[in-house]
Amino acid sequence: MIPGASFIISAIFVAIVALTVVGALLAVMSTRIIRSVTGLALCCVGLAGLYYFLGSPFLALMEILIYVGAVCVTIVFGVMLSEPDEPDPREFKGRELAWGAVAIAVCAALFWAITRFAHAGGWVKLPAQQADGSVRALGVSLLTTYSLPFELISLVLLVAILGALVIARGGRDKS
Amino acid sequence: MMIAAHDQLAVYLGIAAFLLAAGIYGLIRRRTFIGMLIAGELIFSAAALNVMALNRFTSPDPSVGQIFVLFIMGLAAAEVAIGLSIIIAVYRNYRSIHSKEVSELEG
Repeated sequence: MIPGASFIISAIFVAIVALTVVGALLAVMSTRIIRSVTGLALCCVGLAGLYYFLGSPFLALMEILIYVGAVCVTIVFGVMLSEPDEPDPREFKGRELAWGAVAIAVCAALFWAITRFAHAGGWVKLPAQQADGSVRALGVSLLTTYSLPFELISLVLLVAILGALVIARGGRDKS
Repeated sequence: MMIAAHDQLAVYLGIAAFLLAAGIYGLIRRRTFIGMLIAGELIFSAAALNVMALNRFTSPDPSVGQIFVLFIMGLAAAEVAIGLSIIIAVYRNYRSIHSKEVSELEG
């Protein structure tokens, strides 16, 4: 192992977590919707990195392929076909600020309680892993153990495509 | 020796909780349908990350979680396709996709 490798790995992990967090914040806070889509794409790239750290390069590839490549591009097409910009945020009054403070306090209390609860129990330690979780093992189990859900997902996607076509086509006049 | 941050379950669970919180906040705050759809995608991602982290750290078979997350991604893609077609149909009828203005039902 080269010297400083653990430091480099930690730095990459911190960068990926920061990418995810910044992307998620951009996705929900920005006013222009196209920036929000960009935030979602950034967040998904960060998530792909997290999946890589969780030992699944296959899922990292799928995340980029499906979310960044398909979902974000489709949403951009939806943005181009409509005018989705957010209206200007209105000014906050004192009463609403007070209710917001109450909500934040409740959230903090819930977060604290859940954290205490999680630390009290502790997670079950990992037993010896029987399979290796490689792409080969994934393919074998998709074709044997999980073949029925696999086929059902393909059916769901087919119905979704047909339904999307039917819904988006109805109401369009000939001109 | 200290355990690195990327080898701890709690870190991933924290990130997933943050994504869920951001998604719910966006779902409440957004006034347009596309913004709400994006926030929904964040919630999906939070669930997928949770499943994957628990699978990596507590499950004996590491391929189960990956297949589950793959199914979640497929369902999210189907949801986006249907949602966007509904949005386009609504925009064609109302000339707007702000959730305050689209408030009538027919039929």
